[in-house]
Amino acid sequence: MSASDDIWILGINMTKFGKHTDRDAVDLAAEATANALADGGVTMADIGVLAAGNLMNAGAGIGQQLQKQVGQTGIPVYNVANACATGATALRTAIMAVKSGEAEMGLAVGVEKLSGAGLLGGGGTPRSEKENWEPSGRFGAVTGTDGRIGTNTMPGVFAQIGMEYGHRYGGTSFELFAKISEKNHAHSTLNPLAAYQKQFTLEEIMGDLMISYPNTRPMCSANCDGAAAAVVTTGAKLKTLSAEQQRRAVKVAASVLTTDPWEEACQVLPNVNTLTRNAATTAYEQAGIGPEDLDLVELHDCFATAELVHYDNLLLCPEGGAVDFFESGAPWRDGSTPVNVSGGLQSKGHPISATGLANIWEVCHHLRGEAGDRQIEGARVGLAHVIGLGSACGVHVLERSAA
Amino acid sequence: MAMTDTDTADASTSAPAQIPLVDYLVLDDGEPHLVAHECTSCGARFFDHRNGCASCFATDFTTVPVANEGTLRTFTIVAFAAPGIPVPFVAGVVDCDGTSVRANVVNTEPDPEHITVGMPVRLTTFPIGDDANGTAAIGFGYEPTGAVTQ
Repeated sequence: MSASDDIWILGINMTKFGKHTDRDAVDLAAEATANALADGGVTMADIGVLAAGNLMNAGAGIGQQLQKQVGQTGIPVYNVANACATGATALRTAIMAVKSGEAEMGLAVGVEKLSGAGLLGGGGTPRSEKENWEPSGRFGAVTGTDGRIGTNTMPGVFAQIGMEYGHRYGGTSFELFAKISEKNHAHSTLNPLAAYQKQFTLEEIMGDLMISYPNTRPMCSANCDGAAAAVVTTGAKLKTLSAEQQRRAVKVAASVLTTDPWEEACQVLPNVNTLTRNAATTAYEQAGIGPEDLDLVELHDCFATAELVHYDNLLLCPEGGAVDFFESGAPWRDGSTPVNVSGGLQSKGHPISATGLANIWEVCHHLRGEAGDRQIEGARVGLAHVIGLGSACGVHVLERSAA
Repeated sequence: MAMTDTDTADASTSAPAQIPLVDYLVLDDGEPHLVAHECTSCGARFFDHRNGCASCFATDFTTVPVANEGTLRTFTIVAFAAPGIPVPFVAGVVDCDGTSVRANVVNTEPDPEHITVGMPVRLTTFPIGDDANGTAAIGFGYEPTGAVTQ
């Protein structure tokens, strides 16, 4: 692939994450879109393809709803849904369209209204006693199984994923997981777009409301509202744009989406490890870099227990070495591989379809040297990771422009 | 076939009717146990109704029993669940001689002092409620092998 075939993020934006009671999903998507276009110095007239996601209304066609507010130019729209990896999937879709030559510029948008959504994943068949027990569904169940055969709740599923890592490699504890949360909440105090910017002591985190052991409330991602959008283009197109646009553009050195390959137990407890490891390995190959070259990482810390396993899955440490990696101080913002300097999903918030793009925005912000108080000095290369249960994993490696 | 109250000669009518919570729990063939659909081609095991094998794409399966004893591979203590689900409870994954099973850990205190990864557990069953005909649904869980079954 020649240099001119490279893919670049020309403009990108995220809204403030939090409670937006006065605005709906289309309002938030329109805000992120308008700001991403302005950031890239382009308009809807320049965009040849739109990929958009809004999981809570996946059938509503958020892409077309957005077009009606920001510009109906007749371009193809792909409404995408891939659980919490929806935003990264939208970006990946726009990138594929641009890379194939079908469009010169693409727009990816993710938006969610999730404030007050409560516990995710605990739905399913209600437990009302039936007139007659009648087996139904793929397990021939006579009544709801959530709570009777394990748990469907996200805090519970990801708690087991962290505890399993501890079983395999040792060294984990309630306190260790709480310390990961302490780091991310400390980082969030520097991020004005985070839903929560509150520092917690370790004692406060461990003493807070237990949701699903070992995850207490501050160790869980925050449901909130928000949107993020990005404009992507080719290296050839970028060369025709202004020096300022070329200087601020961020190179997409790798863009990878994976699902989980079958392994024993993967249909019993979601395996978020193998597909992340596969995505990371492919991404490092595509980018021609290694994990030691990363100046910062935004990874999918939907729960404190999840962050630990992804240190290992993203190859930030030797296999089995995630606890040592954390204890060394490496993932703190002044460490060797800063992780989630945005505050992560635990404090920045997790408006699910926006999350994958917001992680990329955070990395771009640092690579452009525009991150203000939380700037990682001299950042040149960063990685953004997101997981959607089911499962899908998006990994993007981003590089600062040499221009 | 429907039984009537006059079928007193048949011993089965004196025992209360029961039905397993899920179709992979077998109650009427010796000791209660779980069964899995095993791919005849690659040996991958599944608990749900199958269209094909996720591992090798074959479509022939055989039903195999799952070991009743195993070790707890991971767990969580669920303190918040959907409305109507009693908490706290222990959810986990049990390694039953190489076959992973999703289940609750029962007959033990739901606190981290009593539950550890790697602990040996065994299958146990219990009634979870009757329908309008008096048929009892039977659930399952795993208890520490040291636990006293009531």
